[in-house]
Amino acid sequence: MNLERRDFLKVLSAGALTAGNVTSVFAGIRKTLSPDAVGILYDGTICIGCKACEAACKQYNDMPPESGSLEKANGVDGIWDASYDMSEKTLNKIKLYEHGDASERNREENGFAFVKRACMHCVDPDCVSACPVTALTKNETTGIVEYNKDACIGCRYCMVACPYNVPKFEYAKALPEIVKCEMCAHRQVEGDIPACCEFCPTGASLFGKVTDLMDEARKRIQLTAGTSYDYPMRDIESGDTSPKTVAPYINYIYGEKEGGGTQYLLLSAIPFSKLGLPELSETSSASKSEGIQHGIYKGMIAPIALLGGLLYGAYRTTNNENSEG
Amino acid sequence: MTYEGKALGGKLLTKPFWVLLGFAMIAGLLLIKRFLFGIGAVTNLSDGYPWGIWIVYDVLVGTALGCGGYSIALLVYIFNKGEYHPLVRTALMTSAFGYTLAGVSIFIDIGRYWQMYNVFLPWHININSIMFEVAACIGAYVFVLWAEFSPTFMEKLKAHDAKKKMNKIIFIFIALGVVLPTMHQSSLGSLMIIAGEKLSPIWQTGWLPLLFLITAISMGYAIVIFESLFSAVALKQPLDDTPILGKLSGIMIPLLLVFLILRFGDLAWRGQLGNIFNDGFLGTFFVLENILFLIPIIMLASAKNRMKATTLFWSSGAMLLGGALYRFDTFLVAFNPGVGYHYFPSASEILITVGIISVEIMAYLIFVKKLPVLPAVNPS
Repeated sequence: MNLERRDFLKVLSAGALTAGNVTSVFAGIRKTLSPDAVGILYDGTICIGCKACEAACKQYNDMPPESGSLEKANGVDGIWDASYDMSEKTLNKIKLYEHGDASERNREENGFAFVKRACMHCVDPDCVSACPVTALTKNETTGIVEYNKDACIGCRYCMVACPYNVPKFEYAKALPEIVKCEMCAHRQVEGDIPACCEFCPTGASLFGKVTDLMDEARKRIQLTAGTSYDYPMRDIESGDTSPKTVAPYINYIYGEKEGGGTQYLLLSAIPFSKLGLPELSETSSASKSEGIQHGIYKGMIAPIALLGGLLYGAYRTTNNENSEG
Repeated sequence: MTYEGKALGGKLLTKPFWVLLGFAMIAGLLLIKRFLFGIGAVTNLSDGYPWGIWIVYDVLVGTALGCGGYSIALLVYIFNKGEYHPLVRTALMTSAFGYTLAGVSIFIDIGRYWQMYNVFLPWHININSIMFEVAACIGAYVFVLWAEFSPTFMEKLKAHDAKKKMNKIIFIFIALGVVLPTMHQSSLGSLMIIAGEKLSPIWQTGWLPLLFLITAISMGYAIVIFESLFSAVALKQPLDDTPILGKLSGIMIPLLLVFLILRFGDLAWRGQLGNIFNDGFLGTFFVLENILFLIPIIMLASAKNRMKATTLFWSSGAMLLGGALYRFDTFLVAFNPGVGYHYFPSASEILITVGIISVEIMAYLIFVKKLPVLPAVNPS
């Protein structure tokens, strides 16, 4: 019996058929924002780097201070918080950009600037698509990406999927959990706003409806540098403002389009790529991954047809064997 | 054409067996540490690199090496190539070990293992998740593999009635035994699509599922050839299988050609061919990968060469290395979560993987010596 290559081509063509949807699935933006979605507008140009948001975040989310080897060596372990980045003990993080002599704030050359990192609460979150057990969900009303430890199996696929490396894992614990910012959902149900916005002394972290925050952000990037503007404080609906001199904004709202959009928006006077924020396409990776997967498994027709053919083939062969044996 | 299997017999507790047992026990101790003090106590995993060799070697490469049963079943039962039947049992056995131990590795690797069953609970599952598809299919396939292998146990236990009954319904398991690997071996590639920009554009493509499936099937043929020759030499058995293995090896050529055309065609289509030369580090890995795929194509091109045991050994070895490297590249080497993150496995991590491989080889030795797995040698 000669091996027929035709047979293998048949198998391959079946594979090619199922993968044939590849080019047609990059369908574009597929998920839209809930009208009641809430978010945070972080304006790096008015942030003074005081880290009150970090302290408040730890206090209201019961997170311990972090220490590095330096603190341990000096016996000041746990006296102050010395986290290096977002981690399983730190949900938000103020970072400093520095260049040259760092003589002026909000300047790229010989200047410095701040950026705050936290969960972006994506409109079409990759982590939610990735999670096999629905432990990560996107709240239909608020749009907050929430975590349920009772569902989680700890496979860490969400961490692979997130373009911002936001979900963190408790590697040092025997019974670990995934940890991420949930925009103080526990405070919001009580009528409060996220701790980082509540305790921000300058209004750099501003809470509100995403649509309102987007309008505010669009307004700010049109402002003339050097003029004065009344920056809203804490909650955009509170009416509290504080007058400040406008910095030379980059004409870009980070989060408007990244990966299909996010509910955490950022403004800056220096390019976002310098602040460690990734350059992403305008559609989420989840839309590509799900597009291909659902293309292949549409109505389970391909797998069922394959199974049917195989049942017949295997029955025919084993039946011969049984009758001969 | 019923299958004649024969237990090899012979002494079990040989010197190599004791060495393997030693490695398994070291791994056992390290695993106690892992479960008492957490994954961080034994691995170099981080928030940027949440997956290491336990996933990439034990699961991705391990299950691809376990594709022998799938690839041979495809030939024997689907394309009706009965001539390959003598290879089925050993292939199925290696597959059953490979997949079972991949399952064990997943249990070790996942953080909240006590809730692992959530993947099978309808109110928890997320049908958008590639991981769900992979987990459900691999879970089901481990069961199917042992069902396919069960007639061998029944033979040993002289349970002839049970074997007869099993043989009547085994076609269901055989069919599932082809559908399930087709599904999850392709989905293992799809897993990385969602990593988006974190994976180098040289590897990131919508064709990942098909590229992974083709290499998995090819690795299935390669492992059957490699293992048959290796075990024949190691267990001092005659090299009787060479002609049939030679014939089998020819199948890898069209599969690999399709793979390479697709791989390079996709890179050209996306305008990424130049990127291979832009990044020396990733470019080197890319070239190495494709050299390993070219070796079997060249070595096995002539039918005469295919009948030489040494050619078969080295070409199938190159195929296995190439497929393994493609998986390592896609999941670790070309995966860059951003500035400040690095990964290289810790000694404990490697020793646990070595322990798992040792258990697999020990189980292989026990099975071939005690069960009618290897083809009976024809006295004529």
